[in-house]
Amino acid sequence: MNNGTRVQIDGRDIRIEGERNLLELIRKANIDLPTFCYHSDLSIYGACRLCIVDIEGMGVVTSCTTLPKPGMKVKTNTAQLRSMRKMYLELLLANHHQGCATCVKNDGCKLNELAMRMGVTEVRFQPAQGAKPLDTSNPSLVRDPNKCILCGDCVRACHEIQGVGAIDFAYRGAATTVAPAFGKDLSEVDCVYCGLCASVCPTGAITPKLQIDQVWDALSNEKKTVVVQIAPAVRVALGEMFGLEPGVVTTGKIVAALKMLGFDKVYDTSFAADLTVLEEANEFLMRKTQGERLPQFTSCCPAWVKYAEQYCSDLLPNVSTCRSPQQMFGSLAKATLPKMLNVAREDLVVVSIMPCTAKKFEAQRPEFRTAAGPDVDFVLTTQEFGKMIRQAGIQFNNLTPESLDLPLGFKTGAGVIFGTTGGVSEAVLRYAHEKLTGVRVDNVDFSEVRGMQGTRVKQIKLGEVDLKLAIVHGLKNAKAVVEEIRAGTCDYDFIEVMACPGGCIAGAGQPVSFESDTKQLRAQGLYDCDKTLQLHKSQENPYVAKCYETTLGEIGGHCAHELLHTGYKSRKRVADEGFSVLEPGAAKALEISVCVGTSCYLRGSQQLLQKLVGHVKDRDLEDTVDVRATFCFEACDKGPSLKIGDTLIHHCTFDMVRAELESQLAGSVAS
Amino acid sequence: MIEQAVNLEAVGRRYKEARAAIARRVIVCAGTGCVANGSLKVFAALKNEIEGRDLEVVVELGHDCDGGDVLLSKSGCQGFCQAGPLVTIEPEGYLYVHVKPEDAKDIVEQTLIGNRPVNRLVYKDPATGNSFEKTHDVPFYKRQRREVLGDCGNIDPEDIREYIARDGYEAARRAYTQMKPQQICEEISASGLRGRGGGGFPTGKKWTLTLAEKSDKKYVICNGDEGDPGAFMDRSLMEGNPHGVIEGIMIAARAIEADEAYIYVRAEYPLAVQRIRKAVADAEEAGILGQGVFGSRHNMLCHVMEGAGAFVCGEETALMASIEGLRGMPRPKPPFPAQSGLWGKPTVINNVETLGSVPMIILQGSHNYRALGTPNSPGTKTFALTGHVVNTGLIEVPFGTTLREIIFDIGGGVIDKAGQIDSDGFKAVQIGGPSGGCLVEEHLDLPIDFDSVKKTGAIVGSGGLVVMNCDTCMVQVAHFFMRFTQNESCGKCVPCREGTKQMLALLDEVIQGRGTVRTLELLGQLAVAVQIGSLCGLGKTAPNPVLSTLRYFRSEYEAHIFQKRCPAGQCKALAIPEIIAERCKGCGACLRKCPVGAITGEKKAPHRIDAKACIKCGTCAQACKFNAIVGV
Repeated sequence: MNNGTRVQIDGRDIRIEGERNLLELIRKANIDLPTFCYHSDLSIYGACRLCIVDIEGMGVVTSCTTLPKPGMKVKTNTAQLRSMRKMYLELLLANHHQGCATCVKNDGCKLNELAMRMGVTEVRFQPAQGAKPLDTSNPSLVRDPNKCILCGDCVRACHEIQGVGAIDFAYRGAATTVAPAFGKDLSEVDCVYCGLCASVCPTGAITPKLQIDQVWDALSNEKKTVVVQIAPAVRVALGEMFGLEPGVVTTGKIVAALKMLGFDKVYDTSFAADLTVLEEANEFLMRKTQGERLPQFTSCCPAWVKYAEQYCSDLLPNVSTCRSPQQMFGSLAKATLPKMLNVAREDLVVVSIMPCTAKKFEAQRPEFRTAAGPDVDFVLTTQEFGKMIRQAGIQFNNLTPESLDLPLGFKTGAGVIFGTTGGVSEAVLRYAHEKLTGVRVDNVDFSEVRGMQGTRVKQIKLGEVDLKLAIVHGLKNAKAVVEEIRAGTCDYDFIEVMACPGGCIAGAGQPVSFESDTKQLRAQGLYDCDKTLQLHKSQENPYVAKCYETTLGEIGGHCAHELLHTGYKSRKRVADEGFSVLEPGAAKALEISVCVGTSCYLRGSQQLLQKLVGHVKDRDLEDTVDVRATFCFEACDKGPSLKIGDTLIHHCTFDMVRAELESQLAGSVAS
Repeated sequence: MIEQAVNLEAVGRRYKEARAAIARRVIVCAGTGCVANGSLKVFAALKNEIEGRDLEVVVELGHDCDGGDVLLSKSGCQGFCQAGPLVTIEPEGYLYVHVKPEDAKDIVEQTLIGNRPVNRLVYKDPATGNSFEKTHDVPFYKRQRREVLGDCGNIDPEDIREYIARDGYEAARRAYTQMKPQQICEEISASGLRGRGGGGFPTGKKWTLTLAEKSDKKYVICNGDEGDPGAFMDRSLMEGNPHGVIEGIMIAARAIEADEAYIYVRAEYPLAVQRIRKAVADAEEAGILGQGVFGSRHNMLCHVMEGAGAFVCGEETALMASIEGLRGMPRPKPPFPAQSGLWGKPTVINNVETLGSVPMIILQGSHNYRALGTPNSPGTKTFALTGHVVNTGLIEVPFGTTLREIIFDIGGGVIDKAGQIDSDGFKAVQIGGPSGGCLVEEHLDLPIDFDSVKKTGAIVGSGGLVVMNCDTCMVQVAHFFMRFTQNESCGKCVPCREGTKQMLALLDEVIQGRGTVRTLELLGQLAVAVQIGSLCGLGKTAPNPVLSTLRYFRSEYEAHIFQKRCPAGQCKALAIPEIIAERCKGCGACLRKCPVGAITGEKKAPHRIDAKACIKCGTCAQACKFNAIVGV
């Protein structure tokens, strides 16, 4: 036999076909080698050491870090390998929180699964001493370092896919831990709550924060009328928790289950997505006509919105002002349902079921609440919803499908495909096409914007108008596009951004899946769902049209703006206000803040601060001027940065600040 | 460009002329050990004393120096740290040991003026009582071959001209002006030079592989992140002869066609950092580093970077991550640095001593270099000799030297806990630091080289030699090194992070007397799983001290476990408290101090201690003036 392109794996010849590493080749040979730290989307890390194999002439190596070479003879299952794998699992278990029965991840814990698979029946090592505190500081995620096995998947996902890097390793040896910078909580750092960390975490170390109990309480409260909206992506994934294949559409069963759980009305976020399409497309076409604030960024992904507020404050005017479908639904529901259902507004509880952890954060944003409370009261992830079904003992697969409630349960296919990358763009195109050409279009598919590639740039001609679209998912890809815009090297009109690779179907609230084809199957489920609906264009949704007639007025009009649009604010990364370096005294007329963050410090801000303090003392200005040390004006490359009154000075020298000080003092005396 | 090229010959000649105008030189060792013992005060006292005698003292030998009476210099480590502060007098070659500032008067009067040695300051061999006036006669130096360390301790490390005057940078000049990269690689390959950082990988092969890589940019890294407990070879070389290291780096860069280098120096070596920085600046100022090196069309830029304070940064991939500003964590190999190193570019990374050996190979030729050492491990090796040995210090011997020569001839023999020579006291020597293992009695006549040591289960490593006497508990030795690697593990891979922690816990069980037959079994299994499965060298070698002590001292482990007894009497938990009746005078001091009332006895009669009640706090033993209490 010609072995030129083959590797012998456990005695069988397997052909090399471009596999990036031996692990992938071995998996192709139908051997599922265990691993914690290997993810095809992330860089190779080689830390868990479970995918070890024995190669003739090389000895024991990790297969994820080894290139397959023709003629290699590989053994994957020797006595030595088995005993080493078992020992590594034992070591991990010894250092792991032992309360598996009460762990939220106990139905999807990889450590649990592998320990069972490898036949670990005892842990011969000493258990870890002392418990580390949990991080429950934010509405979306809970970090439990006691369950962390330090595989680094979350660290790499946050850094490599999202370009955020909110968490990293700290300390060394047995003290190593994964944590936000300086041991802060997630709420104090740049986390965008996308939850990608939680979805790659093999154990329960990072999990979506549960609101199940609050929802049970609301359902049990007879005074409350509890309505629920279900996001598009939920219907193609929930079935996985009950043994169905990814992508199987279970909308009818979902409605039945929700009714059994006690929800009074079951609506569809896709209705609100149809609204979003009209508002966002209208906004876009206005901008396109007027040629301003382009490219327009989509705003339905709350993780992207937070990211933009943190890192792209210069481009915030370009972000669509449309609320996300969840929040459009929330405000509309709170505005219209009390009358429609004959219930007091304060007794109406709006719950959403979302594929997303960032939606929990979004629902708590102050912009999305009125004096009467939040527009969306509770956000459950798909996982939580599945858990509630289980808690209630409902046999999901046996349920007879039921239909959604009207009017907020009626949607078109455009509102459904929102749940996958490219979906928002396609839905907007379906509207814009007719709007721009004035002709009714029957073939509604824009299949060119579909796909799973991280950044897709498409040029589309709608009548006489040329549009250039960029569809990105994964925030690191978004970052690259933002850099292009800043550099002026692109001319996009419309940019769809979803934080999660694949879009909402692969959100962190979805059932955990480590299978490679899950995303494609779920996306296909949404496209199939679109096909089976009678209507495919948001503008044809009769209930949306009626809603404009009765409640919202014109598209983009005043009332629509009140309920369906929002604004953004720059989120300064550093929350600290700094501190005064002079003697505290009465309120002082003028404040000078000198950045002493790392970058400015390296550029000499400390000396600048010292000189300035000396100067203020020499000039006897201590009662008039307050000199403060502060952290970060977010212009690290232009340091030292100094703020005097309202004036921000970059590349600041002592002479510059002295001159500005004199002029401001003269100004205040004159006035 | 040719006109601007530095003229080494002229610089050297001018220095020699200036130097020749001063007859006598006094060299005070300013290595870290001697500085810690007060050598800078000795230097100041000598300067005062000489000046007070109306002698003209020259501290900095300027170009315009027209002579003087005494050239007073500071040197890098002279090696004989045990006997520091050291002062050497030239041209006679007198060596004065344990010099104190108040000795300056005698040195000036008797030696500088009287031209005779100060007898009370010369070295006396404690074993024979013989005195040795001159450095080269002292047994500690006599058996050594100081090649790499040749200039270290003899020259002023902060004066580039002195280095140049001793043929310094001549090898680099040849490499840049007369040799092709391939030729340099071949010469180094032919010399058989092997990496001194621990692995012993053939340097020429490493360079050849990196030269073969096509890239717009390549780097050389000098690994000065020496972290083994008890090792100070690289520090001494960087402090004592920084230009020798820089010259080696330049040659390596030329050999692989790199034009930029990083010297990664442990931040805990402030003097080495300072001297290397100064040397780089001086070499730049002299026109040796920079654009158009030696009139060639090649450039050479050298950065000095302080380490991040982690042992693991000595591992090459972690070191590169650290230079790149990332967390110092190793990554899997391949790709090797030769293919994808610093910032993804082909990189040669060599240890300080390896690079320090390069200039002499180019100057003498590989054939001459091979005259020393063994066929598979040519040349010399520096060792930091420490522990229970008379003469601790920095030594250099040819490969093939036996342990017996090192410990008994150079080291002067083993000492007991009272510091006295104990001819039967040798128990073991830890070689290669926490990554190495122990060598025992049966290895005393083993010629030391990379391969012979490896066969014993230890490694030559970077050159730490810790001598241990019979009062050493080998379980505690394993525990000490295990605790070190456990603390210094980067925490990335499971076997190293969790495995070393559990190995330490198992060793704790043995030392605390909680060990069972299962402890030993599990310890052995775990050690192998960590050794085979860890990601980088730190983890792969971390179990070596345990495996090696288990191999040679298994009975000691068994005594701890089965007899609950520490044969060396070092493990407190296993000791049985006892008052030796013959020594006890019945003074009652212990009885009064015991916080738990475990001691009973009548005045002036031997006391007794209740082992069950005793908490082993040791207060009684401290109170006892007659050394009558043991096991607490």
